[in-house]
Amino acid sequence: MSDQPIIVSASPHVHSDRTSRKLMFDVVLALMPALLVSLYVFGYSAVITTVAAVVSCLVFEYLIQRYILKTPVTIGDGSALITGLLLAFNLPAGLPVWMVIAGSLVAIGIAKLSFGGLGFNVFNPALVGRVFLLVSFPVQMTRWPTAVENNTRLVDAVTGATPLGMIKEGVQFGETMSQISTRLPSHTDMLLGLTAGSLGEMSALALILGGIYLIARKVISWHIPVTVLATIALMTGLFWWADPEQFANPLLHVLSGGAILGAFYMATDLVTSPVTRKGMVVFAIGVGVITVVIRLFGSYPEGISFAILIMNAFVPLINRYFKPKRFGARIKAKMV
Amino acid sequence: MLKTFPKGGIHPPENKITSGRPIRRLPAPKVVYVPIAQHIGIPAEIIVDRKDKVTVGQVIARSGGFVSSNIHSPVAGTVTKLDMVVDTRGYKKQCIVIRTDPKDPANEDLPEEMLKTEIAMAPEEIRQRISDFGIVGLGGATFPSHVKLSVKEDQIDCLVVNGVECEPYLTADHRLMLEKSQQILVGIRILMRALGVTRAIIGIENNKCDAIDLFRKEVAGNDGIQIAALQVKYPQGGEKQLIRALLGREVPKNGLPMDVGVVVHNVGTVYAVYQAVQHNRPLTERVVTVTGKSLQDPSNFWVRIGTPISDLLEAVGGVPENTRKIVSGGPMMGKALKSTDVPVTKGTSGILVIPEGEASRGEPRNCIRCGECVNVCPMGLEPHLLMNLTEKGMYEKAAQEDILTCIECGSCSYVCPSHRPLLDYIRFGKSISRQLATKTAQQ
Repeated sequence: MSDQPIIVSASPHVHSDRTSRKLMFDVVLALMPALLVSLYVFGYSAVITTVAAVVSCLVFEYLIQRYILKTPVTIGDGSALITGLLLAFNLPAGLPVWMVIAGSLVAIGIAKLSFGGLGFNVFNPALVGRVFLLVSFPVQMTRWPTAVENNTRLVDAVTGATPLGMIKEGVQFGETMSQISTRLPSHTDMLLGLTAGSLGEMSALALILGGIYLIARKVISWHIPVTVLATIALMTGLFWWADPEQFANPLLHVLSGGAILGAFYMATDLVTSPVTRKGMVVFAIGVGVITVVIRLFGSYPEGISFAILIMNAFVPLINRYFKPKRFGARIKAKMV
Repeated sequence: MLKTFPKGGIHPPENKITSGRPIRRLPAPKVVYVPIAQHIGIPAEIIVDRKDKVTVGQVIARSGGFVSSNIHSPVAGTVTKLDMVVDTRGYKKQCIVIRTDPKDPANEDLPEEMLKTEIAMAPEEIRQRISDFGIVGLGGATFPSHVKLSVKEDQIDCLVVNGVECEPYLTADHRLMLEKSQQILVGIRILMRALGVTRAIIGIENNKCDAIDLFRKEVAGNDGIQIAALQVKYPQGGEKQLIRALLGREVPKNGLPMDVGVVVHNVGTVYAVYQAVQHNRPLTERVVTVTGKSLQDPSNFWVRIGTPISDLLEAVGGVPENTRKIVSGGPMMGKALKSTDVPVTKGTSGILVIPEGEASRGEPRNCIRCGECVNVCPMGLEPHLLMNLTEKGMYEKAAQEDILTCIECGSCSYVCPSHRPLLDYIRFGKSISRQLATKTAQQ
């Protein structure tokens, strides 16, 4: 034997090769198709917003851990990178860079590190950053550059309302769905990403592709995304069935806005979602219901960010009440 | 659809590199170190003294009570001293040191006896024989076997034979099933008679198809014995998981298999029962897998109890230079050894040599609440929660969260992507919770 001492540690002596770093980079990889679509659709402005968000998240994490908290710096674990990417995904391409940076500071500094860092945050950091920006800068945050066929166009050249925004506005002006729908993009356009919306929510197809990758790699389970989307479809379907002139069809609701982005990437955040499958389903139903209520009856056209944040707050409670079934708990022991 | 238990479990790389290696006999070592506490329960009492001549199979330490077991001399020779030895768990234990007499013909390996299928003994005699001949659970738990046979009439309706061997690397039971299948079947009939049951199931995981096929071929006509192929999933060899997989019965929390009408014995134990009842041979040897990817010649051996582990490692070409960990048992539940001057005991199923690079644990990071530990826990526990509660000293709460039902299979620590030492904390929490429970019971 070599002169190096042998290691004595408790079992198990083998470990699966999955690490949290690998999980994080799988998420980054899964976001790439959607990011590529955005870069194609929005061109430079998407590059600037994404780079600003990612770099500022990493820098803030580094600075705060190094100089304020004086704890080990963990920017290498990939979680700040994901927060940056997801924050960018939730912003309109071409948002002023300083606003992006302010959003990153709130996401990393307040939502993540002040709660104790990775694993201790109650709310999804990227969503906290987005909602902070949305309530602080409502005008800039809802100026959506529309998809243009020529991606060399400058930011702000064309702005338009999102499909959900058009519906909300139309309904408020007393229009019927058949009148509104003449202005709406086709379902195919929405699937491919040729519509107005935030940076990362453009192409439902690209997002679903990445989502399927995450499920196949077992980074996330299907329970949350499927339940969120099913709840949205079911609920909006009921309203649509009751009055198709007043409410949009469920397919439009599922394909538009941040439904798919939220369901696959935001609601599934490991840290801020429940631990058990049962809990995940309960959580996801809550997200779906709140989203639909805000979309149909709230003042914002889109509500999934709020829905996820509200349900994030319930996660500790859900974890407490939806526990796995203990082995042998059904029967009382005869002997103790 | 192969049978398995429904909740939890993992499938680590199997690494059964020795499954094709027939069991070789390791000659009697020069000196054996026989601990008197090789089983769960009361240690045996030494009944020999220094300079006593002993022979193979002679009782050298007598059972210290009901939950205890006789210890027999594995060699013929002279007792040189009564000493302390560190056992595989790292505790110092009293042991009997015997110098083997190289000239004594009793130390030669006994010739293989003819298969004896007639069972002459009555149930009571069988139980007595199993108790007298020092038979304990050879799967690793080393619970005295006769205790499991002391059941009330009609309490048990099925004998489960554990041929699962779900630990990666280990192949001792697999080889034994291939080489001694007929003897094992007779052993099963002996145990069925002792228990008064008409039904037995041998559970074997599907990575041992040859053993499954062999038993299926040979069992024809042996009424009441079933062979069940199981999906490969750790920890299926755990009694509770195995009973759930084979019979769909759930052993109640804090209960025993007999609460659901089942007794489980490992195939190695069954073979030892056959030897004791049919050929008057007490338990003095067992099969040990000596394995590891870095070894020259990983093998399965028939080893006399008390053989130093260093002798075993010598027999496979020595310990390679890059070795950083030596484990007694399998990689999931085995005990890391501090030195190789530790004897083989009745519970030693394997020796695993782990090279540099695979021996150290990853750096623990923050829990990201991925819930994998919850998904894989076969007992339906929440390992991340139990670790947290233990860390914060909330032992009573941990007990309420059923920390004591943890079977310490290690699946949670295995899967944790943040390399958190979940099982270490849970073990600690368990011991404190148990102490608190006893204290409350005493008051």
